[in-house]
Amino acid sequence: MATLSRVLAAIVLVALLGVALVVWLNRNDDLELAAVAATPADAAATVARGQYLVRAGSCFGCHTEPGGPPYAGGRAIETPFGIVHAPNLTPDETGLAAWTSDDFWRALHNGRARDGRLLYPAFPYPNYTRLARADSDAMFAYLRSLAPVAKPNRAHALRFPFDQQAALGVWRALFFRPARFEADAAQSPQWNRGAYLVETLGHCNACHSQRNVFGATAGPLDLAGGLIPIQNWYAPSLHDNREAGVGDWSEREVVALLQSGLSARGMVQGPMAEVVARSTSYLSESDLTAMAVYLRALAPAERNASSSEATAAVANERGAKLYTDRCANCHGERGEGVAGAYPALAGNRAVAISPPANLVHIVLRGGFPPTTAGNPRPFGMPPFATAFSDQDVADVLSHIRASWGQRAPAISPLEVSRYRGAAAR
Amino acid sequence: MTIGRWLASVTRGRGRACVGALLALAAAAAARAAPFEDTIAQRVLACTGCHGEQGRAGPDGYYPRLAGKPAGYLFNQLRNFRDERRHYELMNGLLALLDDAYLREIAAYFASLDVPYPPPAAAAAPQALRDRGEALVRRGDPARSLPACTQCHGDAMTGRAPFIPGLLGLPRDYLNAQLGAWRNGQRRAIDPDCMAEVARALAPEDIGAVSAWLASQRVPAHAQPASDGGGTLPIPCGGLAQPVADAAGPHR
Repeated sequence: MATLSRVLAAIVLVALLGVALVVWLNRNDDLELAAVAATPADAAATVARGQYLVRAGSCFGCHTEPGGPPYAGGRAIETPFGIVHAPNLTPDETGLAAWTSDDFWRALHNGRARDGRLLYPAFPYPNYTRLARADSDAMFAYLRSLAPVAKPNRAHALRFPFDQQAALGVWRALFFRPARFEADAAQSPQWNRGAYLVETLGHCNACHSQRNVFGATAGPLDLAGGLIPIQNWYAPSLHDNREAGVGDWSEREVVALLQSGLSARGMVQGPMAEVVARSTSYLSESDLTAMAVYLRALAPAERNASSSEATAAVANERGAKLYTDRCANCHGERGEGVAGAYPALAGNRAVAISPPANLVHIVLRGGFPPTTAGNPRPFGMPPFATAFSDQDVADVLSHIRASWGQRAPAISPLEVSRYRGAAAR
Repeated sequence: MTIGRWLASVTRGRGRACVGALLALAAAAAARAAPFEDTIAQRVLACTGCHGEQGRAGPDGYYPRLAGKPAGYLFNQLRNFRDERRHYELMNGLLALLDDAYLREIAAYFASLDVPYPPPAAAAAPQALRDRGEALVRRGDPARSLPACTQCHGDAMTGRAPFIPGLLGLPRDYLNAQLGAWRNGQRRAIDPDCMAEVARALAPEDIGAVSAWLASQRVPAHAQPASDGGGTLPIPCGGLAQPVADAAGPHR
């Protein structure tokens, strides 16, 4: 029938136009490349600078298998779409031996491999795209200086259709544009340096933002906090002083946290501990101070109203007893902690954050802050995963959240089991 | 002053202050059961929570004793967990971001402890099985090029400093689990992995026999690892730093 064939023709036409649009949008991002020339190499100084930048970019954390040779890849990165295996960055033929600095720049700036393949944004090129060409070249020079390690790349294990380049093309058409870092002329050079580090190499928003159903963030400037997929730790908002905002911290305190993992105002745990250990603890005082200037400006320190989620105190004798028996020995009967060893729980903003994922993780897994130059012999907390049931964890955390002037909502055993995940073993 | 007069004095004003002070001290002591000390012992409360003083059985397995084990062995195991050659999620997480220097300090601390061993559990295995286990432990099996356990772990099976652990005072299930894990590659050590080689040469019945005999042995009082210098070892072992004999027996 004529009408049916016209409808079919219309559908086919729309589909073709859609494909053409996606292809065009993806090709469009290659136009940037020719305009930016390679930086001439000045070997030793460039390699040293590159090593510093590679640390700042935290490449080690993904591109090294635990206990394996540095930057030789192989680590499995779990995403909601399947597993992405980080490739080998060493100058071996199984790694980047055949690559040039143009190829490397293309990967960071455009998210494309040497052969033109689109890269998965588990590699945070939506952040790295704003890197300066000179920085990309220095990083490449450093990677070229590493000892080659023969370690063939493992194929990704992504579910259909996420394993198709076409799907990645659609994602990029919707959510990615190559960009340049634009300094804000209204701000100081120090602020701009901090912005550059946080938005590009630091790729802080890769964790500290909410991701949509396609796994995309609202952009590299979004630092409003989010639950990290798969790991289920909550990366708190850097805009809110009730979460991770540092507007009412001093610059010195922010620097201490990023440098040593420990400051008078708090310590790092979970995925952030790895960031400090692998990346920020290697940064210079001046760069960390620049980041502090930028981060402090994100969270203006006007008095935040106390949480409107204040709830009536519920008698929780079971939680109180668990606290006295199992927690008070280190954290104190009054939640006062021990400075430099055991965080105070009274007046600790981390206690009141919603979702309470991090509290559950910490109680179940315990942990040590990372060894750093500023904290070489950290004090540790034992895991309670094998000793506490979901009800125990819920009771003791609910007690803590309702004690010493805090009025944060109680936690249910169901919430605990949601975050317990792999630590249940 | 007589007791009577003393008792009379504490019920009056001056005595009440003394009693008050004593009560306050008692309350303070109760508020923090153990006073905080800036020591390695305080730092490793994260470990003793599960491992206890003498090792502990937990709902998901046995957390072995740390006290008195050779320092080099403990250091190697800490690294094995950190670098994921051994798999236990809570241990992998606890150690992931600790550097070698601190792991050495932790290992040295536990190695220095001298804590008595509990008596062995009543032997449930038949005598014949335990005899077979003893034969394998003391003499190995030359036909299979299987060295005797005592060749590395010491004549008294209390280990050899600094890298080779004693094997007494461990539950039978734990020994079975570790040998089994080596056999199927779940537990790995630094290459060349000598225990993997030994475990693969052992049949499952042999593992049962060895563990039955070892678990039934009483640990000597103040058991110490034999000092280093006991000569060369029959198979190369990545966790050690010792010369290896060119003797008969499989080695890489």
